[in-house]
Amino acid sequence: MSAANDTPMVVADRVSKSFGSNEVLKSISLEVKSGEVMCLVGPSGSGKSTFLRCINHLEVVSSGRLSVDGELIGYREANNRLYEMRPKEAARQRRDIGMVFQRFNLFPHMTALQNVMEAPIRVKGLSKAGVEANARTLLARVGLAERADYYPAHLSGGQQQRVAIARALAMEPKLMLFDEPTSALDPELVGEVLDVMQNLARDGMTMIVVTHEMGFAKEVADSLVFMDGGVVVESGVPTEVLTNPQHARTQAFLSKVL
Amino acid sequence: MTDTAATAEKTEPGIKAIRLRHPWRNTFAVVLLIIVALFIADAAMRPAYNWPAVGKYLFDQRISQAAFVTLQLTVYSMIIAIILGVTLAIMRLSPNPVVNSMAWVYLWVFRGTPVYVQLVFWGLIGTIYQSIDIGLPFTDPWVSFPTRVALSAFILAIIGLALNEAAYMAEIVRAGLLSVDSGQEEAATALGMSWFQTMVRVIVPQSMRVIIPPAGNEVISMLKTTSLVTAIPFTLELYTRSRDISAVTFETVPMLLVASIWYLFFTSILMVGQYFLEKRFARGIGDRRPDKKADDATAAMTGVTPVVGGNQPTVVLPPNDPDQGDRR
Repeated sequence: MSAANDTPMVVADRVSKSFGSNEVLKSISLEVKSGEVMCLVGPSGSGKSTFLRCINHLEVVSSGRLSVDGELIGYREANNRLYEMRPKEAARQRRDIGMVFQRFNLFPHMTALQNVMEAPIRVKGLSKAGVEANARTLLARVGLAERADYYPAHLSGGQQQRVAIARALAMEPKLMLFDEPTSALDPELVGEVLDVMQNLARDGMTMIVVTHEMGFAKEVADSLVFMDGGVVVESGVPTEVLTNPQHARTQAFLSKVL
Repeated sequence: MTDTAATAEKTEPGIKAIRLRHPWRNTFAVVLLIIVALFIADAAMRPAYNWPAVGKYLFDQRISQAAFVTLQLTVYSMIIAIILGVTLAIMRLSPNPVVNSMAWVYLWVFRGTPVYVQLVFWGLIGTIYQSIDIGLPFTDPWVSFPTRVALSAFILAIIGLALNEAAYMAEIVRAGLLSVDSGQEEAATALGMSWFQTMVRVIVPQSMRVIIPPAGNEVISMLKTTSLVTAIPFTLELYTRSRDISAVTFETVPMLLVASIWYLFFTSILMVGQYFLEKRFARGIGDRRPDKKADDATAAMTGVTPVVGGNQPTVVLPPNDPDQGDRR
């Protein structure tokens, strides 16, 4: 369990998102405290990935407020009106929010080390020597010190995902988003990625994890949110939600995955 | 028992079997060789080819200078075409409708008319616009100079070739940019990289693998299209120069052979260059491994299961296929 304190890191207030006439998120309100690990579970198409992508403004919310560390995402508020952010300002907000994708999305033309070094050098403008030392430490932290000079194509899926985690950590984010990080992995490679994530949680990182790994949710998460059809159906302490679901839809879903 | 086992093991790697024969393949190759040999023998004798004249003019200074001019035309116009093409491709992909339609109209005009016609137009530009004025509209110009002085035939040739080629390069570059997985842009954006950084560092390097083969094609095509600049008229490039010489010496066929040999020589060099460029941008895709030893060392950490059984020595199972991870 990670040490959660009381400052909210992410606050979603009646967040909705539509693609055309298709309403994917319907008035989602939730709060993630600093240092908390929240797992989002639910059937595919329930809107959990979309919600995650709204948090770092990869998707623009249709209505409602979404803020990270007290800062409104994607908009500036002045004189009681909202102003759309310039791309530059949105990019600055994203620096502090790490994201890990289902399909890893490593840069295939760069080695593992170059993948990790890219953003700190280009975005933060840090010196190469310092960044490299830090990148090697991060790769060691995810157990890949010896694979630093490998291209992604020569790494297994689990190794690629661990590099992707190191790449996100290199920006020293205050929040980490995981979008089904183990769904594209062979079953025997899932464990190594979850181990890295568990260590990260233990170190006090605030994390929102979209996952189907109920074991991970039970063991690592401080809170669990079950979503279906774009709404939060049920949320609470993972062990309680998983062992004693109150809602019929939660029960039906859990009976299939557990 | 042990003997048979040993012999069986020995013979196993080399299977003795009658190899599949390809009689038609061989027959066809022989027939083809005979035809080619007859053609070459005939061509060597035929007076119309006049090989001594080919040898004489191949390294004639006028010809080698013209070959150099052709190379200059190709390189300069290609450089401009690539820069303009990349710009147009990015404009075409831009969400800004003004920028997008500008690029579309450019492509419509320059791809929709023959390059020869465009070159004739560029040649006439000095007649259509007799002076180039710099200043505000409806006021007296600050600077004004005659077009013919400012733009030589050489520069007009480069402009004409480059602007036409840019339209084709734009489509090649656009196809390349679209070939990169959208997850790459997302990952770069999520790291806080700007749109420009994402393009330059992530999208464009990956698109190069798709862009280079057709772009190489375009360079070779450009080398040959330079022979059309006689429409401007610009007469110092390889083809027009050799035609001019043959107009005086009446050695038409030998001069065509001379020009062809030079064109072939340049395209061969370009093809070698393309090979190395392709290799460079395939990094991370091919099966090049940085270090076999390091691979074995880390294999023990991840995918390898040591199996210990009975009185046998410890057997280490081969590592999992390192490429098994999902490739995009």
